[in-house]
Amino acid sequence: MSSYTWAPGFIDDGDRPQIVTSRFQYEDGHTLERYLATGGYAGLKAALARTPVQVHDEVKAATVLGRGGAGFPAGTKWGLTPVEVWPRYLVVNGDESEPGTYKDRLLMERDPHQLIEGCLIACYAAGLSQCFLYIRGEMALAQERVATALNDAYAAGYIGRNILGSKFSVDVVLHWGAGAYVVGEETALIESLEGNRGMPRLKPPFFPAAIGLYGKPTIVNNVETLANLPWLLTHSAAEYTAIGTATSPGTRMVAVSGHVKRPGVFEIVNGTTTFRDLLYGAEFCQGIRDGNELKAFVPGGGSAPWFLPDQLDLPFEAKLVGAAGSMLGSGAVMVMDETTDIPTAAHTLTRFYAHESCGKCVPCREGGTWLERIMERLADGRGTESDLAQLLEIGQTICPGPFPHAASERLGLEAAPFPFKMTTICFVGPSAYTSVHSAITLFRSEFEAKLIKRKLIPVSVGATDDGH
Amino acid sequence: MSRLNDANEVLAKEIIGRYPKARSATIPLLHVAQQQNGYITNEAIAHIAELVGATSAEVLGTCTFYEMFKMQPVGKYLINICTTMSCALLGAEQLVQHAEQHLGIKAGGTTPDGLFTLERAECQAACTEAPCLQANYRYRYRVTPAQLDQFLDDLADGRLDAEIPPHGVVARVRQSIPVDRGVGAVAPDEVHEAPAWMSLGEKS
Amino acid sequence: MTDTKSGTEPEAAVPVDPNVVSVTLNGRAIEAQKGELVIAAAQRHGVYIPRFCYHERMSSVGMCRMCICEVDTGRGPQLTPTCMVAVAPNMVIDTESEMTKNVQQGILELLLANHPLDCPVCDKGGECPLQDQAFSHGPGESRYIEEKRHFEKPIPISDLVYLDRERCILCDRCTRFADEVAGDALISFTSRGNETHITTFPDEPFSSYFSGNTVQICPVGALTAKPYRFKARPWDLAQQESTCTTCSVGCRIVIDSSRDEVLRYMGVDSEPVNHGWLCDRGRFNFESTKSADRVLQPLVREHDELHEVSWNEALAAAASIIEEAKAAGGAAGVAVIGGARGTNEDAYAWARLAHEVIGTPNVYSQMGDGLPADLLRLDRATIDETASATTIVLLAPDLKEELPVLYLRLREAAEKKRSRIIEFTPKQTGLTRHAWRSISYEPGSQVAAVNEALADAEIAAQLAKGDVVVVFGRANLAETITASVQALHRLLAAAPGTKLLPAFRRGNSVGALQVGLRPGAGGLDTRGVLQAAADGKIDCLVLVGADPLADFPDTELARRGLAGARRTIAVDTFLTGSSARADVVLPACAFGEKDGTTTNLEGRVSNVVRQVSPAGNTRPDWMIASGLATALGSDLGYANVGEITLDIAINVPGFDHVTSAALAASADGVLSGTPTAIWPVTLLEGTAPERNSYDLRLVISRTLYDQAVGTATSPSLAHLPRGSAVHLHPLDLARVGTADGVEVKVRSARATIVLPVVADASVVRGTAWLPWNNPGPNPGELIDCFAAVNDVRIENL
Ligand SMILES: Cc1cc2nc3c(=O)[nH]c(=O)nc-3n(C[C@H](O)[C@H](O)[C@H](O)COP(=O)(O)O)c2cc1C
Ligand code: SF4
Ligand code: FES
Repeated sequence: MSSYTWAPGFIDDGDRPQIVTSRFQYEDGHTLERYLATGGYAGLKAALARTPVQVHDEVKAATVLGRGGAGFPAGTKWGLTPVEVWPRYLVVNGDESEPGTYKDRLLMERDPHQLIEGCLIACYAAGLSQCFLYIRGEMALAQERVATALNDAYAAGYIGRNILGSKFSVDVVLHWGAGAYVVGEETALIESLEGNRGMPRLKPPFFPAAIGLYGKPTIVNNVETLANLPWLLTHSAAEYTAIGTATSPGTRMVAVSGHVKRPGVFEIVNGTTTFRDLLYGAEFCQGIRDGNELKAFVPGGGSAPWFLPDQLDLPFEAKLVGAAGSMLGSGAVMVMDETTDIPTAAHTLTRFYAHESCGKCVPCREGGTWLERIMERLADGRGTESDLAQLLEIGQTICPGPFPHAASERLGLEAAPFPFKMTTICFVGPSAYTSVHSAITLFRSEFEAKLIKRKLIPVSVGATDDGH
Repeated sequence: MSRLNDANEVLAKEIIGRYPKARSATIPLLHVAQQQNGYITNEAIAHIAELVGATSAEVLGTCTFYEMFKMQPVGKYLINICTTMSCALLGAEQLVQHAEQHLGIKAGGTTPDGLFTLERAECQAACTEAPCLQANYRYRYRVTPAQLDQFLDDLADGRLDAEIPPHGVVARVRQSIPVDRGVGAVAPDEVHEAPAWMSLGEKS
Repeated sequence: MTDTKSGTEPEAAVPVDPNVVSVTLNGRAIEAQKGELVIAAAQRHGVYIPRFCYHERMSSVGMCRMCICEVDTGRGPQLTPTCMVAVAPNMVIDTESEMTKNVQQGILELLLANHPLDCPVCDKGGECPLQDQAFSHGPGESRYIEEKRHFEKPIPISDLVYLDRERCILCDRCTRFADEVAGDALISFTSRGNETHITTFPDEPFSSYFSGNTVQICPVGALTAKPYRFKARPWDLAQQESTCTTCSVGCRIVIDSSRDEVLRYMGVDSEPVNHGWLCDRGRFNFESTKSADRVLQPLVREHDELHEVSWNEALAAAASIIEEAKAAGGAAGVAVIGGARGTNEDAYAWARLAHEVIGTPNVYSQMGDGLPADLLRLDRATIDETASATTIVLLAPDLKEELPVLYLRLREAAEKKRSRIIEFTPKQTGLTRHAWRSISYEPGSQVAAVNEALADAEIAAQLAKGDVVVVFGRANLAETITASVQALHRLLAAAPGTKLLPAFRRGNSVGALQVGLRPGAGGLDTRGVLQAAADGKIDCLVLVGADPLADFPDTELARRGLAGARRTIAVDTFLTGSSARADVVLPACAFGEKDGTTTNLEGRVSNVVRQVSPAGNTRPDWMIASGLATALGSDLGYANVGEITLDIAINVPGFDHVTSAALAASADGVLSGTPTAIWPVTLLEGTAPERNSYDLRLVISRTLYDQAVGTATSPSLAHLPRGSAVHLHPLDLARVGTADGVEVKVRSARATIVLPVVADASVVRGTAWLPWNNPGPNPGELIDCFAAVNDVRIENL
């Protein structure tokens, strides 16, 4: 277990496979020396010993799921670029800002060379001519660590012209953001990288793999996704898929925060680890703080609909979690115990998304703020019954039709599965509504208890002119 | 003089050179400007617009989109206390109130001596270490009110100067691509063929 | 590459026409064009999908979400922004489903949430898409009880446009227009999320020549035009389509008036011409019509003063001047210049009066600043052909300054990478940064510049691709057209099949020349007339809307000519420097006060309309010509304009199909002209003299805003010209020993004027550039119009 003050939180108790966190045990895991001493850049060498097509095939065979939120397999995504359109670019998504999510920063601070090596392997396999590593602006240390690693790797011949004496040449350019959550969305990331306001582009008609950075085919991958590649290349797709399940192979990093005894970041086995393991397991969070009861938890980052204790036995598997009414998203679990004031907690998340709206599309820009204002009132005990109805109606404009939610035995509620319809360009708008909807659906009585107590003036309803 | 100074203009041109299109350097250059002056001046925006080939209005549009760029001077130390979910669950609001009392300002304000600006911030990717804060983007984890007092005093008395540079300085290490190693920017309109290595292993 | 194929080949049923896509729209099978957006296809088939951000002339951004409908492409109905998605085979579109309706109502409620709802005091009220769609697709009530966004009320963002950010719905139309269409990205979104608003950079206003378009395309009342604010309510307006005649592009417009007063012009989306856009000069110079300085009564000079008289008296006085002149020196002693600002009918009547009734060959509609009339017989390109040519060669003035909407069309051609622009210019222009090659030359060396370019293998290869259009015009008023014509000849010889778009500037130059306002056999052009007048050989000079003192690029000759002409008759809307000296002034109707047709630079004839009554006692030019013919004992035989239009169709080559019926049938006008494709232009020999190394070669050209009557008498525009100055390349400043902002003497062989220096990197080294007809000392004084080029020397005061 780590004791460093500069990037705490990672816990490797127990006997679990480590694909991306193997160097976290070293205080100097970020240096080129340590990296090389622990098998660093062997994956790159293994890749260069094969053809790009072979490397690509290996990644496809391993089904390396995207760790940025959508869970799309990286190998498949690389194959979506249009035939014979060049150049193609790689953009690395290191903008980690989803509430609850804490893993990419660890990977960048503690093992930057692993990420760089992953970038190089991706560029080699998919024919990507230049790589832009977009790091969240507020992560000063990650920027310094990655910059140092890049400088060292250039000097040692791992990046740049004719890498390791081969025909493979690519620059990795460190780019840094300036504080805007929505820029994590891949098309907004590209806009931002082009020097613009980080407002998402529409897709369809075009996905970045077809028309991306500077209008050229562009692969956007998450930091953790790419960090898997060095291991994969020094091992094999077969070894990779031997971990986890067929639909969710490998491991993934999960941050568990909130009201647990031992919050932390864990590299867990994909597809089999359950939420109960995570929240209560001895090698994980060891239960709810102060021996309290679990009230609810957010299973996949602030955008994910909430789960109840009813869902604890679900494993970390996208399809099952989707059917149960939520999503795994970015690997972030936020735990609320019985002391939590639900309207206030939900308001916190709504406020986040309303504040982070880029302002491009109307339902999010206007609807998100409106939701936030009403939620604030309700959390402060200034709300009325009609506010609750109003919230759900605004939600219907942002996400018309049924909205996913968990099943509840207590409420006699069946799960409403993913996905949902939306009128916004990206998921920020719906996310502003997610916690509103979850909280009202699962904990309506808590809102009702906080409504303004007004003496109702009776109004006769249904009276008509003819006296009925 | 709040345009970029000569040294920074050289740096700016080096940064621009890494990108296929100069405009892509806008955000990095705004950081350079903020590092130089502590905040973003209109003159710097106009200068960056010249350098990247955009209008000042466009650079202003980009600049104001992002939280980190300040169009007004802020304190030497920008204290961002995270108030999003995980931190909120573990007492972030009380921490903000405590900081407000300690500094004698409201969140959003700057102390009269120009030393501290206090802000409520959104999720800082340290959720397991709640409540957390950043001072000029340097973290403090699981902060108690007492630790906060100590921390602010340490900052005020210069005891943390080595670790925490003044506002505007984000990364103290910059990437520099050696001329003899760098490939150079790959322009979208000039390259029309697959990169050389893609032919590896192809039957000719 | 084996692994990059995306999916399998589409195997859709092959339609008969590969460009037609069959889709289902609200249960009905319709045919759409391949690549057509759903919103556009629906509209063509009579289904209007509500929208705010979508604009057919700009890229889609899908921001407002108002156009969302349920579209099924085989995966079940999806909520789809129809402005972003193109039709696809077998698509099923439902614009009326329950869910679509609910979404539209919801979006409108959100749009209105922060809107001030100040419709009663908003200029847009009554023609506001937000208001209309709130009525047709909205929820009918607002439940928004929170505090609305607040901003300082209307702030000026330019000289002509105000912005009210509270009304703004952030549709990105104005900002997209500024960036994409005008290329002046001076307005931008700032801040983020709910705080987002439109702004300009401090001290950098939205000083675009095209700013007025943003007012027109704003879907709410957030952008308002200074000249129109609070002037009228839309339901009071009377409207008719017409053609702007401010320059020779001939943009289609709608004239809006109320109580017999013109209130504004709006651009009409004419596919071959202006795509809906107007320049600000064209849009706002209607104010001139209402100026208190208009000449409203016929005037006759008595005891050296002009006195108001009746039309009969004035026409009689004019007739007797003409008759006296003929008696004294024969018909050739009468000269008629001007007429390029009127209608075809005006020009035709005046041409007949001059040639047939008076019998003089000394007739010309150009003012020494134009182009050889014979160019009109070359194979002419349309604007569309130019804007889609493989190569556009510019041997022309700065189109942004002179023919602004043509500039927009060509800029778009370059931006969309349809065309490559090769520019030859004596000063950088608005199109320089869009040009594939911009070749600057020093006046007089055009031929050398073209030869050098043709020797460049890449340029030669580019031209060899064919489909070349040359835009040819007058880039410099301080040189004769000789060298440019030689260069054009060279280009056309090198690239056979090349078409020409002649960049005439005045509204109806082409029409006036084609219907006959040009010299008869042995007749003189304007320069010849002025020279003859200066030599005492002209007994009567008739100025038809002509002001040689302001327009002729040799002020001294203009002055001597006017002084030398024994008597002068002026037909004019204002008393200008020239017409104020006339013996008889015949007051003419202005634009919007008369019907007729006009011909743009490509030869397109379209109608202009009378929308308001003629001011005072003014008459249209053709009627004045008729009256004068009668006073001279002849009869042109016209009772109304239509008869002249018909006469033109019968008598003018190339106009046979330009009938009133044809014009009525085609809102986009009718192309006229008879190209011969043989080089018919007189090719003068001669090369410009070498420049003395102490001298700078003089370049004088126009700016959009100058002291032209229409601009100077429109209060909103009058202050926009930047003023006379001498612009030098920064590297020439030291050489001539001066600095930016310093006043210097500019000395030519003709005259010396004193002007401030402006350091200007767009000026070619070794040349001095001055704007034409701007407030301040007149650069026309420097020009000798007979010299191939003019050189000046800069001297310190
Ligand atoms: C609003 C929003 C925010 C996002 N933020 C992030 C982020 O911070 N980091 C990230 O890697 N992906 C983020 N994503 C997902 C990206 O759009 C994209 O799917 C991902 O970077 C692709 O990488 P992967 O395939 O490797 O997961 C976000 C998506 C949305 C809609
Ligand atoms: S949903 Fe929100 S953040 Fe996403 S594009 Fe729309 S306004 Fe921007
Ligand atoms: S018109 Fe389609 S989103 Fe605005």
